[in-house]
Amino acid sequence: MQPIIKVENIGKQYTLGDNRQPYLTVRESLMNAARKPLALLRKSNGDAQKQIWALKDVSFEMQAGEVLGLIGRNGAGKSTLLKVLSRITEPTKGKIELYGRVASLLEVGTGFHPELTGRENIFLSGAVLGMTREEIKKQFDEIVAFSEIEKFLDTPVKHYSSGMYTRLAFAVAANMQSEILLVDEVLAVGDAEFQKKCLGKMSDIGSQGRTVIFVSHSMPMILRLCQRVILLSQGEVAADGTPQEVTRKYLSSNLGSPAQRVWDEDNAPGDETARLHSIRVLNEESEVADSIDIRKPITVEVEYFNLKKDSRVTAILHFVNEAGITLFSSNDFTNKNWWNAKREAGKVTARCRIPGNFLAEGQVFILVALGTYNPNIVHGREYDAVSFQVVDKSEGDGVRGECTLEWSGVVRPMLQWDVETEKENFPESFESRL
Amino acid sequence: MEQIDKLQEKKIEPAINLPRKPLVTIQPSKSWIALDLKTLWAYRELLYFLTWRDIKVRYKQTLLGAAWAIIQPLFTMIIFTIFFGRLAGIPSDDVPYPLFAYAGLLPWVFFSNAVNNSGNSLILSSNLITKVYFPRMIIPSAATAAGFVDFLISLIILAILMIWYGVTLTINILFFPVLVLLTVLLALGVGMWMSALNVKYRDIRYALPFVIQLWMFATPIIYPSSLLPEKWRWLIALNPVAGIIEGYRSSLFGKAFDWKAIAISTIITFVVLIYSAYSFRRMERSFADII
Repeated sequence: MQPIIKVENIGKQYTLGDNRQPYLTVRESLMNAARKPLALLRKSNGDAQKQIWALKDVSFEMQAGEVLGLIGRNGAGKSTLLKVLSRITEPTKGKIELYGRVASLLEVGTGFHPELTGRENIFLSGAVLGMTREEIKKQFDEIVAFSEIEKFLDTPVKHYSSGMYTRLAFAVAANMQSEILLVDEVLAVGDAEFQKKCLGKMSDIGSQGRTVIFVSHSMPMILRLCQRVILLSQGEVAADGTPQEVTRKYLSSNLGSPAQRVWDEDNAPGDETARLHSIRVLNEESEVADSIDIRKPITVEVEYFNLKKDSRVTAILHFVNEAGITLFSSNDFTNKNWWNAKREAGKVTARCRIPGNFLAEGQVFILVALGTYNPNIVHGREYDAVSFQVVDKSEGDGVRGECTLEWSGVVRPMLQWDVETEKENFPESFESRL
Repeated sequence: MEQIDKLQEKKIEPAINLPRKPLVTIQPSKSWIALDLKTLWAYRELLYFLTWRDIKVRYKQTLLGAAWAIIQPLFTMIIFTIFFGRLAGIPSDDVPYPLFAYAGLLPWVFFSNAVNNSGNSLILSSNLITKVYFPRMIIPSAATAAGFVDFLISLIILAILMIWYGVTLTINILFFPVLVLLTVLLALGVGMWMSALNVKYRDIRYALPFVIQLWMFATPIIYPSSLLPEKWRWLIALNPVAGIIEGYRSSLFGKAFDWKAIAISTIITFVVLIYSAYSFRRMERSFADII
């Protein structure tokens, strides 16, 4: 079958210096030219060591209607690939063929102007995204309905709440008449309710025969939305397959297990105050485990470096399920003895214990962060740092007992029930029915 | 099991009809780049919307609104009349000095604002450039077009002044639209070029207002070019704006056209425009990476 997107050996090279000082002043150019007059002539080979390939030989094809997730660590080339696909930046080599119109949503509210009203911005943003006035007019009512901002249509968007702004911006892009939609991580903003709606809209797009490429850090979202996932690693396609396979490969790429993550000093999330070192999910026997019996307790161990004496750093964990719902979050300051103790610079190991019979079965992803309060600073954060599977073997002594039906709820705590019976205490009228 | 069924269902679904040839092919561009006027035409509505945005935003939250389009040339004219016309006694080719000055200022104010605004337009639109694709030429073009609307508004004052001073129009006025077109093309050419250079060299941002100011004195706005000695006239003709502005006066006040000067201006305008368009296209490739 003919693909709708054909990507062949795409490579994108950046000059490293470009990141730090992207633009030159005339003086610098002249000085450079004066210092090494021949540099201009041998531009291509002289600076070879300063150049990096953000994308290397990336090839893949997509069929119409496919929803593809693009995952990878920061700097793996996901955003560069989306920028090349949406023609914002040119590839250095390779070729891409697109057999449909492309709409890209790399940012919420591209082309929005704060001084203009919602109505005006719908037209402006629509035009920027490549819609004609006729198309925007045709879609106008649907855009407004989707964004739920009817009442504020004639208010300048600078007075909008961030939620309203996001809704309107997404509504414009989602209602574009294009066969291909490229979406960068834009749903991180917005409230849960709207995120749900956007996800719904995106699945709609998929079933309409629209082709979607979706970049996300959220594995739950990827698992839920995509039929196929590509993992990029250092600019190359490291895996291409079903969401289950590829996300598992991604999560375990560090140490062979998705339940363990150790960072090098160079790429550890953190700043000059605190830096993460590792995170592990441990079972009752203190072994790293990516599959845990629902009845057994779990320990999440976070190691980090506290680089400043007296800085009151706290380790933060968020537990997220496959649907992207944060089940709960917890900080190590719950331990008052430690929290009130004097802090030394050094390596800190914090362990959080989750009781058995508490989580529901399924995949759980952990976000780990280091923060301080007053003022509130996040020193470093990693989404989906580790993940593990909670398995219910249904052996009768769990929360579900002997029930084999679907058990609802995002957590499955074993709660205490007090139950008593009073013998033969019921209304007389019932007796006749017995 | 249910999921597998769903997947299979999707596969059977007839795919949308794909075109035989790709709508878009993305590959590294060759060193020689076509202007691609077809794509530019396809995005003409965006030009309209960006122009409309610039105008709308400019006068939003201002008390006087579009009156500002008139205030700038009008008050400059009044000041010039007092200082240069009255006090310095600069001749004005037998046209009342206010009218003489306004006829020069009208195209100049448009030209200088357009060059300045479009020169800065790309770097002010960096958020668009890094997030969405469209022919980048639209951005400086929209900045120029927005200035043109002000130009049209300030024409009203010109008409009023002409009536006030009882100037009768001659057949020369038929050439007026051609001069307006030349002004727009020249402003577009210079502005577009500056905007692209500005992405790479931020010096442009600071140099531009200053250069424009010097340029004004090299242009016969406060003085007629007849003020210059004959043997230096050719020099001022090299300034493309000079020929155009003298052309405006000839066309409005029914004087003989200096065809040689207009021809030079026209040639320079087209050379600048074509050079600027090609060099813009060449630099455009790296905008998103360096802006």
